Amino acid sequence: MSMINYASREINCKLVYYGPGLGGKTTNLEFVYNKVAPGARGKMISLATETERTLFFDFLPVDLGTIRGFKVKFHLYTVPGQVYYNASRKLILKGVDGVVFVADSQLERMEANVEAMQNLYDNMQQHGYDLTRIPFAIQYNKRDLPNASPIAELQAALNPGWPVEDPARQRMLPDPDRPGEFLVWQEDGQWYERAPYFEAIAATGEGVFDTLKSISKAVVKTLG
Amino acid sequence: MSGASSWSFREEDARRINEILSAFLGEAGARTALIVDRTGQLIATVGEEVQFDPTAFASLTAADFSANDQLARMLGEPEFGALFHQGERESMYLADIARRVILVVLFDNSTTLGLVKLRVRTAAKELNQVFTEMFERTDDGTAPPAVEGGFLGEAEDEIDRLFGA
Repeated sequence: MSMINYASREINCKLVYYGPGLGGKTTNLEFVYNKVAPGARGKMISLATETERTLFFDFLPVDLGTIRGFKVKFHLYTVPGQVYYNASRKLILKGVDGVVFVADSQLERMEANVEAMQNLYDNMQQHGYDLTRIPFAIQYNKRDLPNASPIAELQAALNPGWPVEDPARQRMLPDPDRPGEFLVWQEDGQWYERAPYFEAIAATGEGVFDTLKSISKAVVKTLG
Repeated sequence: MSGASSWSFREEDARRINEILSAFLGEAGARTALIVDRTGQLIATVGEEVQFDPTAFASLTAADFSANDQLARMLGEPEFGALFHQGERESMYLADIARRVILVVLFDNSTTLGLVKLRVRTAAKELNQVFTEMFERTDDGTAPPAVEGGFLGEAEDEIDRLFGA
């Protein structure tokens, strides 16, 4: 859960964009930076290599304003996607309140997506966090490319759903963004839950704010 | 445990920390002291007002400290309890507090690293006690309720407004 500072009346929430290298995590943040009203966002910090690959992280604070006496802020982070930067990636997850996995839809990046997803589960577990119990969303980026995999295949590989054991959560939960689809459902007597997903073209901004809205709403729900 | 460990920071905590840090700044001749948590969030600032973006500063401080923590482990050290960055005029000294937060001291040539280090030792001991009590209190479930009713609805409206409905 986010840290609530009763002295300065502030609530800060940490959102981390995770995923394979060159998948569009930084592009997501850049689009948010360029579109959000300047008064509502802080300085964007990018620790990148000379070739503009993320070396450590990108950071963008976004200010939601004062709600019921509390200043609410979202701190958006990206991690470096390249496999060999795992030590840095793990550090950024510390204290995370919500995760967005940015997958690269291109057919030939499927293996990299699966590897990054596995790495996310592993790193969360090493911090003692359970990804199935914190706000989590998946964004399928680069939907405009001709070699983009069908959504059904991406879903099967990256978001097949996990078993729901808690009886209190075992009830059909419609996906608010996709009529007719469910986030929690029953199949052959077993209950499953999956993360909400979004299609995106981060370079043009399509789907970027839909993803951010979904994850930030899920995070504020955990405060109540 | 589902997500990040939760804790809250009350006004009486702020008062105690303020007292400790104000006394420390006077004794050390340092300009500003900041408390940053290890996830990159700024908790408190005492002393001269800073001329930079404190939010960005806090995220970089946490990353700096965490990266050095990992380097320490690679060298077989459990941690580097403190870090020092020296500039021509401005320098910073960072010290671990209760393994959960970082004390950042900004100082210039009007004092010395030796004096800052010496005074940090006492302040760190007092801060350790304050933060340890704070974390224990939160962990035993006596933390005040998070936010009042109606917060969620308003927050969702603001999210729609800011990120487009």
